[in-house]
Amino acid sequence: MSRSESLTMTGIPTGKVGMWWFLASEIPVFGGLIASYVVVRLGSGGWSDASSHLNFSLALANTFVLLTSSLTMVLAFAAVEEKKPRRLQANLLLTLLLGLTFLMIKGFEYAGEIGHGFTPGAGIFWSFYYGMTGLHALHVLGGIVVNLVLLVAALRDTLRPNEHRVELAGLYWHFVDIVWIFLFPLLYLT
Amino acid sequence: MNIFSTDHKVIAKQYLSVGLFWAIMGGLTAYMIRWQLAYPDTEVPGWGFVAPDFYNMLVTMHGTIMVFFVAMPILLAAFGNFLIPLMIGAQDMAFPRLNRLSFWVFALASVILLVSFFVPGGAASAGWTGYPPLSAKAEYTGVHWGLNLWLLALALEFASFLMGGVNFLTTAINFRAPGMTFFRLPLVVWMQLTAAVLFMLSVGPLIAGAVMLLMDRVIGTTFFLPEGGGQPLLWQHLFWFFGHPEVYVILLPGLGLVLEILPVFSRKPIFGYRAIIYSTIVAGMLSFVVWAHHQFLSGMDPRLVMPFSITTILISVPFALIVFAMIATLWRGSISFSTPMLFALGTLSIFILGGLTGIFNGSAPVDIYLHDTYFIVAHFHYTLFSATFFAGFAGLYFWFPKMFGRMMSETLGKIHFWLTFIFFNAVFLPMHFVGLGGMMRRIANPMQYAFLQHLQPMNIFITVAAILLLLSQIPFVINFFWSLRAGKRAERNPWQANTLEWTALSPPLHDNFERVPVVYRSPYEYSSPESPEDWLPQDRPPAVAQS
Repeated sequence: MSRSESLTMTGIPTGKVGMWWFLASEIPVFGGLIASYVVVRLGSGGWSDASSHLNFSLALANTFVLLTSSLTMVLAFAAVEEKKPRRLQANLLLTLLLGLTFLMIKGFEYAGEIGHGFTPGAGIFWSFYYGMTGLHALHVLGGIVVNLVLLVAALRDTLRPNEHRVELAGLYWHFVDIVWIFLFPLLYLT
Repeated sequence: MNIFSTDHKVIAKQYLSVGLFWAIMGGLTAYMIRWQLAYPDTEVPGWGFVAPDFYNMLVTMHGTIMVFFVAMPILLAAFGNFLIPLMIGAQDMAFPRLNRLSFWVFALASVILLVSFFVPGGAASAGWTGYPPLSAKAEYTGVHWGLNLWLLALALEFASFLMGGVNFLTTAINFRAPGMTFFRLPLVVWMQLTAAVLFMLSVGPLIAGAVMLLMDRVIGTTFFLPEGGGQPLLWQHLFWFFGHPEVYVILLPGLGLVLEILPVFSRKPIFGYRAIIYSTIVAGMLSFVVWAHHQFLSGMDPRLVMPFSITTILISVPFALIVFAMIATLWRGSISFSTPMLFALGTLSIFILGGLTGIFNGSAPVDIYLHDTYFIVAHFHYTLFSATFFAGFAGLYFWFPKMFGRMMSETLGKIHFWLTFIFFNAVFLPMHFVGLGGMMRRIANPMQYAFLQHLQPMNIFITVAAILLLLSQIPFVINFFWSLRAGKRAERNPWQANTLEWTALSPPLHDNFERVPVVYRSPYEYSSPESPEDWLPQDRPPAVAQS
């Protein structure tokens, strides 16, 4: 390990400092989008009608899928701490599969909505719906890629010197999860 | 030199080169804009006829280029990358490969912006602020892919600077040398860090906004289109929520460079080191609540006008404090007017004028008259030209020996300064009066309006001065390239300065320092009775420890 990797003036691992700053810069992206949605919605009417066409039960199921994936992500991190490589691999794989399930259900939802004529151009609610869930889905996809990279490294047994990355990937994954916790009620329950 | 290097010094030079390339493009667009305004509908020498559509493209791209592709890469990315690790005593950035990625994403954004000039329909022409509905539908401007590519280039640039910001902050938090406490950091590092925080916390909503605008243009959403229930005004809020902190993202690193140079050439400690830091932080926080002063006439709720006027006037207080600290640093110092010092003083004097006109614009009753006139154009050139070019040149003349290992010519430098200083004022001082006379920004032909025709001699004067201002950069270009090859070899510490980068070789080794520096003191201990010389490097142990 070179000097630069071990160096930390504050005692906080450098990767973690970087990850927190990255997440701090991600919050305003969704914050701006959510604030825009709230402000525009408060300033005009007729949004509940549009919102009632969403598939609530699928989204509820999807919420459980994503929450469960956060659980498996935490279990993966716990497996790193307990030095159990098999359990780490299993939990990373589960997280990855749950993420893919989320995207598949989301895609199924999109297909149904577009089939009923609710395209992104169908009105301002649909603009926000596709904009917010689409940006979130891209973040889920990003997290899946990160987890895939970690899983491949874990299977090849090259993850050992970089095991702290599981924790960092977890921070990101939970952030994406939390964003959904905001999007779900704002879009589906109002 | 390996262009895929992860060395922060190489990456800094790469940002500098790309920034200087775009500065030439920005200058050329300015030349064509000015010619059209002085001699409307005549052929621009060396180019040809400028049609109104093309003129709209010129003003759009001039703003975009100068703010996002000149000021940010030079002030933040180049100087931040070069100085932060050297000044805090680190061997490189915290994430060198992320640093390389951030440069190459920026390079990709540059290529995309360059390509946008050549696609059918031409480059973006909805103003550098890209207000919808004008920007939201291709048929409104006649520009289709040009504007999409413009949005893509901006989004990539933001991503690049977000990576850079994460790197700057993490480096300064964790990679400081032993003894380098936060209150021993040179002020430019503080300013860079504040700028990074401002950028990271303000750009998010605009990234969201850029995605929304791109969706409006490409897949038919209606975020900003009233016919689909959208709100054009929403874009203005998203843009300026970023856009106002953004001016401090540019200004603070520029002021930071000046703050490093003033004590060195006054041989005096900086006046009010902590007060400057606190002012910077206060200004940073206030910068998040001033954005709607760009929108007094936008049709937003008029009840918002007074609060935003008040916060805008308030934000001049911390900046006034910084300016007073600068002047107090000079007070009774033994000042030597070297080229970096001249440019630093130029920044200070010009920025004061730009700051003062800012108070006019921030006061809603005055702004209602001044809004969107050349008074505004004059104001933001006095602030941003001083931060970008005067402070940028000051920094370049000052750190050139450390970057390239050679000294620049003082004679050419002084010629460059005086020509630039004189012609800058000759261009932008009269613009205030043109603006007060009612000339609107972004009009392609002032002669079309009877009430503006008597201003035409002044417009011609400005254009002549602007061409001379551009030509005044020739001594710099000659100096830069000549000094790279044939300048006098620079020693470690040619200016007898205190900060850590001057203890490294010129240019520094790949890992910067021969051994890890240990810091014992604050960065501005000039003319201290503790030392026989008039400077005291940060890594010199206290005399007590030696006895």
